[in-house]
Formats: sequence, structure tokens, C-alpha cells
Amino acid sequence: MSDTPKTPQTQPRFSATFDPYTLSEIRRAAATGIYDIRGAGAKRKLPHFDDLLFLGASVSRYPLEGYREKCGTDVVLGTRFAKKPIHLKTPVTIAGMSFGALSGPAKEALGRGASAVGTSTTTGDGGMTPEERGQSSILVYQYLPSRYGMNPDDLRKADAIEVVIGQGAKPGGGGMLLGQKISDRVAKMRCLPKGVDQRSACRHPDWTGPDDLEIKIAELREITDWEKPIYVKVGATRPYFDVTLAVKAGADVVVLDGMQGGTAATQEVFIEHVGIPTLAAIRPAVQALQDMGMHRKVQLIVSGGIRNGADVAKALALGADAVAIGTAALVALGDNDPRLESEYQALGTTAGAYDDWHEGKDPAGITTQDPELMKRLDPVKAGRRLANYLAVMTMEAQVIARACGKSHLHNLEPEDLVALTVESAAMAKVPLAGTSWIPGQVQY
Amino acid sequence: MESLKFDLAATPLREVNQYLHSPASELNGKHVVIHNPNGAHNIAVGLKSDVQVTIDGHAGYYAAGMNQLANVVVTGSAGTGVAENMMSGVVHVKGFASNAAGATAQGGLLIIDGDAGLRCGISLKGADIVVGGSVGSFSAFMAQAGNLVVLGDAGEALGDSLYEARLFVRGEVKSLGADCEEKPMDDEARQILVDLLAKSGHADVSPDSFKLFGSARTLYNFHVDNAGAY
Repeated sequence: MSDTPKTPQTQPRFSATFDPYTLSEIRRAAATGIYDIRGAGAKRKLPHFDDLLFLGASVSRYPLEGYREKCGTDVVLGTRFAKKPIHLKTPVTIAGMSFGALSGPAKEALGRGASAVGTSTTTGDGGMTPEERGQSSILVYQYLPSRYGMNPDDLRKADAIEVVIGQGAKPGGGGMLLGQKISDRVAKMRCLPKGVDQRSACRHPDWTGPDDLEIKIAELREITDWEKPIYVKVGATRPYFDVTLAVKAGADVVVLDGMQGGTAATQEVFIEHVGIPTLAAIRPAVQALQDMGMHRKVQLIVSGGIRNGADVAKALALGADAVAIGTAALVALGDNDPRLESEYQALGTTAGAYDDWHEGKDPAGITTQDPELMKRLDPVKAGRRLANYLAVMTMEAQVIARACGKSHLHNLEPEDLVALTVESAAMAKVPLAGTSWIPGQVQY
Repeated sequence: MESLKFDLAATPLREVNQYLHSPASELNGKHVVIHNPNGAHNIAVGLKSDVQVTIDGHAGYYAAGMNQLANVVVTGSAGTGVAENMMSGVVHVKGFASNAAGATAQGGLLIIDGDAGLRCGISLKGADIVVGGSVGSFSAFMAQAGNLVVLGDAGEALGDSLYEARLFVRGEVKSLGADCEEKPMDDEARQILVDLLAKSGHADVSPDSFKLFGSARTLYNFHVDNAGAY
């Protein structure tokens, strides 16, 4: 019997660079020859609002009583030029999502939920549906490069117009709606053959550059007799310059969408590698407005990864006037619900990770045009869930604002915040917690 | 026909457009003449009644944009995006048109007696466009439906990524865009052409002198083997 000791083995070691996800993507690409397309926004870990904390009131600040003293949440959008600005009871709005990407009942539910709490919802590529207009007390009409379903009568029916230049998930990219979702109704609204892969343009067909945009905005104002607020939506890349140019072109409101903002269908490589995080985009955008003397005169709506009242409060403290939610609103409706786990597994995924929204097989009946799947979403109940969620977000933001001694959410300011990481301190331009250090700012 | 005159040298554009947005019951059957346009942008945009408008001179961007029902004549030339997203009615440019003429137009008829610039009929969604002269490059890019008739020549990449629009060209085509090909002129297409030539003052032009172009439909559904075409 040998007593030779066994050589100790090191554990199998996975590469941090070639991690299991990366390896699976290489194998998938090699097998199919096509890039991965999916919905939702950036999923990688990014500096975000979780990296910021509020400094509640103490000896040096005076808090408000949580259940007695008023903390306002209303916001008025479009005060610069529009004859009829929009009045919202909460600064949490619903971002643009198309009928086509979403089912009719899902759009209806968004309208119901938003209307119940006095906020706005937004159309998307493909135009305005009667269900959506009917259920949305305040509806923003997106004016997109593709102009699918663009109708001047709908423009006049809208409460505001959002000129979409880009979105956070794919700044510089056009839309995509694969053939599975081009049903008869979607095809008719978009004037396309049924079942084609619809490619939306990435640039507007009749203007190029900020000088043209100014004329285009003037055209929209003339057509609507200067009644409607005109928003300009940009994906976050160079927010200082984009906001400056949008304001110079005459925007009433700028919508700034960070890379966590969702999409119905885009290449994974685009979603994860183009654009900047929401947290990094807000301060340069606010700085641009301040440098022009337009902060609070041109309103700023921030979107991309807003999940709760803390995110709302942080975005507003950094200078936004309102926020928009998309992915979170879909989750409130019922997207990615664990009760559908067996069906998600049958699609090769799991609840919480389902993002093949472009395939139209959504078991929750939200990102689909399949008549049977659509029936699964009750727009009244789903709308109620969304209304509840929006109310909770608003109350959460109030809790924080009162703790900071603010009688309105808009009174929150960067001085109420500190950062947990050097990166977030630099991006949000607030001090690293426990220090007076803001990376990148010279102390005089 | 009752006639009304505006002088854009003296009256703000806002006032003119506001008048042109009066209820149809007040405007139907009227003829409005706009003098001294001098290249102003957004003249007669968003009309929605059966009114006759004459822009007496040159118009800037988006003249007659999003037109519904109205009949608008530009006696001079028109800037970028004339009759963009027109829904119905007739817009007639007697001079030249700049880029993106008739962009995304869904209905109605756009007549351009002279040449049109780049991207004429881009993303066309059902309207008819007749150009007496030539059109620039990338015309009918991603055009989805409707008809583009060109009595002159077409520039590069005509009909790139075309859907179901028909393109009739009498002169030379510098090059075709991705997925655009020549089609046989069937009876239906020929009749459409004959009608459009008649409506646009070209009844004397033989339809036999035109070639028809349409979508080869190879890019309708993505396939990696076609990646080089994008």
C-alpha cells in the first residue's frame, strides 16, 4: 500500500473576462450567424442612484412632519412657449412605448394607471390608438423618425408632442419590430406588409441638424396653433451639448434617457455598449440648462432605470423636473412575474430575466400581438396595479423630501445628497459620503 | 370663388396660418393668396379644409406640411420637406423643390414641375408624387406605399430598402438602392401612371417611355446571408 500523498488540485477557475455569459454568447453567435436581439435596457452593473444617499435633517436642518405637513409633488411641463402646459399631480410619467411593441390591453392599462394618479402616458412608434387616447387623460404623442402612423389629427388630439431624436437603449439607432409582431392591425397602422421585419429609420426624414430642428419644432407649433408643449427626447450620450441644442431649437421640455432605459428590440451589443448611465447624464444636462438661464423654465424629464421613490427623489434632487418609467411600469402591469415561471422556462429563460420581447411570445400578454396571449392581461386590474405602484413611488419620494425638510419634491437639491463611491460622486457631482470631496471639482 | 389676400411682408405668418386653420365651414371654397412669402418656413402647414391657397413666390421649409384636403400652389420654388406627411389634397410646386419633398406623405398628390432634390418621397406612405424634372439621390428611400413618377432622371440609390411603393422613371437611373429592381409594367401599374400623368398636366407624355421599379422583397425578413446589403 502506497502512502504517496495525492497532489492537491486547484479548483476549476473561470475567467473573469470569458465568463459563462460571454462564452454562451460566443457559442450562440457561432451557431446562428446573427447578433443577439432583445428588449429592455442595459443589464450590466452601472453606477446608479443606489450609489447615492440622502442626508436627512438633523440639528443643521429642519425636517417636516411625515403625516401632517404638506410636501407637494405636482409639476407643470411646457411653460416656455405652449399655450396649454401640462399639469401633473406626480412627477412620475410613463415613457413612450409603442402599440405594436406592446399589446392593445397593455397600452390601455398604462393609460388607466397613469390617469388614475394624474400623470401622463406616451405613444410610441406606430401612432396613437383609440384605446390609448380614450384611457389617457394626458397623452404625449411621439413624433418619430419613421413617422409610422403619424397623423396630424392625432397630433391635434395629443396634449403634448415629443420629438424623438434618440433613446437611451440605442442612441443613434433606429427601431426594430420583427415580423412576428406585425399583425394585421399593426401592419395597417404602419402601412407595411404583414409579417415583414420592420426597420425604423434612425434619422428623421425631413430634417438634419439643430438648425433644421428649430424649423421643424416651429412647424409643429404652427400646425397645433402653439397650444401643445413640445418635448425633445434624446438618448444620453453628450447631454450638455444635446440639451443646449434642443433648448436653442425651441424645446419646451427635454427628455433625457439613460442607457438603462428600455427598448422593445435592439441588438444586445448596442444596448450594453452605446450611451451613458442615467446617473452620469443628469448633471451635465442640468448644467446646460443653468448656463442658459433655462433651468426650471425648460423642464427636464429623466428616464432610464427609475424604480422607486428614492430614485425619483434623487433624480429631482440632481435637477430634473420629472422622471419617466417604462420597464418598471411593465413590471407593475405583470411583466416577468414569477407566477409564470414554468412558461418562462419553456421559453428558455426565467422570471426576471425574460427580455425576448421582440418575439411576441410574452406569457404575461404585454409585449405581444398574439390574440390569445393578449387576453391574459386585464387592462383594468393591470391599470390598478400601475396606479398603486405610481402612488407608492410618489409617497416614497415625499418621505425622503420631508426628511430633508422640503415642502415640495422640487426643493430637493444636490446638497441633500452624498455618494457611496468615487464614480458616483464624480458623476453626480456630490461629495463622497463623510468627506467634502467631489472628484473632478477643484476646491478653492 | 371668394378670394382673400395676405401679404407676408406685413402680416405675421402665425396670423396667416391661424386663419387657414379656421373651421372648414368658413374656408371651404375660398381662395387665399399669400404674397411676398420670400422663402418663409412653414407656410400653410396643417391645413384641413377644402381651401385653395396660392403662395405667390418662393416658400421655405415644410410648405403645406401635413396637408389635408387643401389645394396649395407654390408659384415659385419650395424648400425642404414640401408637403411632408401630406394626408390628402393637392400640392403643386411650379418651380423646383428641395430635399425630402413629400417625405412620409400618406395621401394626396404632390406635383413638382421642376426638379426635386435629395430623398424625394423618402418613407412615402401612400401619396402620389409627380416630378416634371429629375430627382436627387436616395429618392424613395424606404418608401412603403404610393407612387413616385419622375419624368427626368433619378440619382443614386433609387428606392433603397423599398417596401411596396411604385417608382416610374422616364429618364436614366444612376443606380438602384438595396432591394430595388426593375419590374414589368403590368396593366394596373400602367393605368396608375396614365392617371397620374393626366392629373399632373403631362397627359401628352407616353406611359411607354417609363420604366417601373419596385421592391425585390429580399430584405423583408432579416437573414444573415443578406448582411452585406445593409
